[in-house]
Amino acid sequence: MAQGIDREVIAPTLREIAADWSADQEVFRHTHWGKAMMWIFLLSDTFIFSCFLTGYMTVRASATLPWPNTAEVFALNIGGQDIPLVLIAIMTFALISSSGTMAMAVNFGYQRDRRKTTALMLLTALFGLTFLGMQAFEWSKLIFEEGVRPWSNPMGAPQFGAAFFMITGFHGLHVTCGVILLLIIASKVARGHYDKSGDYSAVEIAGLYWHFVDLVWVFIFAFFYLW
Amino acid sequence: MATTLADDLRPLHHPHSWVTKYVWSQDHKVIAIQYSVTAISIGLVALVLSALMRLQLGFPGLFPAIQPDNYLQFVSMHGMIMVVYLLTALLLGGFGNYLIPLMIGARDMVFPFVNMLSFWFYLLSVIVLVAGFFVPGGPTGAGWTLYPPQAITEGTPGHQWGIATMLVSLAIFVAAFTMGGLNYVTTVLQARTRGMTLMRMPLSVWGIFTASVMGLLAFPALFVAAIMMLFDHFAGTSFFMPTMQSMGAITDTQGGSPLLFQHLFWFFGHPEVYIVALPAFGIVSDLISVHARRNIFGYRMMVWAIVIIGALSFLVWAHHMYVSGMNPYFGFFFATSTLIIAIPTAIKVYNWLLTLWRGDIHLRVPMLFAIAFIFTFIHGGLSGLFLGNVSVDVPLSDTFFVVAHFHMVMGVSPVLVIFGAIYHWYPKIFGRMWNETLGKLHFWITFLGVYAIFLPMHYLGILGVPRRYYALGETAFIPQSVHLANAWISIAALIVFVAQGMFFFNMIWSLFRGPRADPNPWGAASLEWLTPDTPPGHGNWGPHLPVVHRWAYDYSVPGAARDFIPQTEPRT
Ligand code: HEM
Ligand SMILES: [Cu+2]
Repeated sequence: MAQGIDREVIAPTLREIAADWSADQEVFRHTHWGKAMMWIFLLSDTFIFSCFLTGYMTVRASATLPWPNTAEVFALNIGGQDIPLVLIAIMTFALISSSGTMAMAVNFGYQRDRRKTTALMLLTALFGLTFLGMQAFEWSKLIFEEGVRPWSNPMGAPQFGAAFFMITGFHGLHVTCGVILLLIIASKVARGHYDKSGDYSAVEIAGLYWHFVDLVWVFIFAFFYLW
Repeated sequence: MATTLADDLRPLHHPHSWVTKYVWSQDHKVIAIQYSVTAISIGLVALVLSALMRLQLGFPGLFPAIQPDNYLQFVSMHGMIMVVYLLTALLLGGFGNYLIPLMIGARDMVFPFVNMLSFWFYLLSVIVLVAGFFVPGGPTGAGWTLYPPQAITEGTPGHQWGIATMLVSLAIFVAAFTMGGLNYVTTVLQARTRGMTLMRMPLSVWGIFTASVMGLLAFPALFVAAIMMLFDHFAGTSFFMPTMQSMGAITDTQGGSPLLFQHLFWFFGHPEVYIVALPAFGIVSDLISVHARRNIFGYRMMVWAIVIIGALSFLVWAHHMYVSGMNPYFGFFFATSTLIIAIPTAIKVYNWLLTLWRGDIHLRVPMLFAIAFIFTFIHGGLSGLFLGNVSVDVPLSDTFFVVAHFHMVMGVSPVLVIFGAIYHWYPKIFGRMWNETLGKLHFWITFLGVYAIFLPMHYLGILGVPRRYYALGETAFIPQSVHLANAWISIAALIVFVAQGMFFFNMIWSLFRGPRADPNPWGAASLEWLTPDTPPGHGNWGPHLPVVHRWAYDYSVPGAARDFIPQTEPRT
């Protein structure tokens, strides 16, 4: 069985890859230039986030004061009860859902369905905005209610606030850029720009970026909230 | 606006006014020249700084205008400008932009608009960098490595604003590089002409391509380090700041990790050495092959060596941190990985020599510079073997031996290649020839001069003369000969400094008065020499893209009519 997969799937795939890399003109056949470039950009951006997260782990290890208990810090008081991680669960849910709507938008883009593509991209952007709104809420709660600052923190290590604001802020900036990008492309879709040029790749390229931002969030979520 | 040319369907942006043609230009050739002129201009600033440093070191006390703080600021700015703003920008933004589309047979970069933005961001980063000279307190004097805590702590020159302009400028530079680098990589991967397989690309393109990939993966670490230090500086965070005593008082900072910065910095810093070196390796291979009328020896080996060096260089960064007190096992790992890089590097050196072997060598100016590079590179590489070993490095660390080593290997060597490359491609870029005699004079003074400067520095280092010292004073372990050597080095440096005037005079004078150049004065086989116009026009190739049938190194082929066969000539 395993050997069959080997012979029928893996070997020909490898052969194809080798053929593509040794051919002329294009390494990634029939791939939109913008798409190839976006993939390479995302690789570079991965390194940025990896460096940020490595930095976070290092200062967490080097901090001399105790690290705050994340289950308490990130709890929300609902009806007199502290529920840990509830806000962040909703935020994460919103962002993950936006990946779903984005994937559907890309699909309808390739079917040249202008209305559905536009609607789904707008919905994706709306999810993104929801995420940003809740993030703003969480930041203000940390700052005003719990007194967390980049330079100090009543619950322990100042590196907690520093790393949190820096990294979630940088990610939030990515989401903001993503929302703007989505709105621009959605308006172009709506105006029939891509029907004229016959090429809906821009939707897919924006989608790649958007999925990446979501994926990064999963890591930030795991490292900051669950650890 | 956008027209489609006969044999490729991608629309090409056509400029109409003078401004869109030469200022907001999207043509890779114009952007390349913009990049190069900016990089060389800021490089001249770094050169002047080095002359000032040499004046101080050679003749301490004679120039009261140079105070200890100034000296440190000169060292820091000189180092950073040379490495990042001159060499990286010139080799990738300048040569990368000019050569990639022409050598692979493309009409332009894949995203000319992004490419244009890349230049303007670069210019902005240079302006912010230069602003550092004018802010209160002057530029940073923390050394080009910018190590915290000292970089942002009272007592270091420029700890207030100078460091901030430096960090902001670096962050902008990274953004600029990313836009450029994405273009270079995507262009090489996706926009080659018919017949141009990866394994037919000239080595210049391979070097620039690999360096661009590395830049996209290494600059993020610098970017993150800069952002974190800006936070430490302006928001009072303690990423890199431990509890310290500064000026007699305990600081507010605590629990940060200064070593984290060193790791981030060198995760960028070591690959950076190869980001500068690999394009130089590639270009020098082409110069040697063309001017020796020999195919490059071991082309495939050369390509793989470039790729392997690029990959390995991400695994050696901590050899810059042997004295940071790290675990000896790490030291062992990093020393081993460092020495392993010597293997592909040595392969390249042997291949250059074997290319020259029995070649029909034309000692024109570009070739002289190429051969000089082999010398300086071997010398720099040999001292690198010393410094790569922990036990040898520890006593030599932070001495002039290190200064001598990195100047030979990553200062002088790439600069020699750049000179050679400018002389080599100038006839194509501007359609004029330069003056041969002046070029040779420039070469000999520069080549002998850099040896006069940097060879004695090894000796100083072995005697224990520390680097980044304003003056040595009367120190017991420093013999009189050191002062003599320092004076000699400074005189040599000043001569080399002045001699560069010949280069600039030659380039500018030839621009207007030089004889018109042949389209292919060296008889080279690669595509950039086969453009219908010289200098190449917008779109590079006229109505039809070239079609490639062979590699770029068919020189002195037995039985061929000429001693080179252009890449476009069909195989029979
Ligand atoms: C004729 C040309 C040059 C001369 C005379 C020169 C001279 C110097 C001197 C005197 C120092 C300071 C040594 C010390 O006190 O520690 C220095 C540092 C340095 N130079 Fe050069 N240099 C030249 C070219 C270059 C080039 C082309 C590069 C490009 C890589 C370069 C990169 C550096 C770096 C990275 C430092 C270290 C800065 C630091 O310690 O923070 N130099 N150079
Ligand atoms: Cu290194």
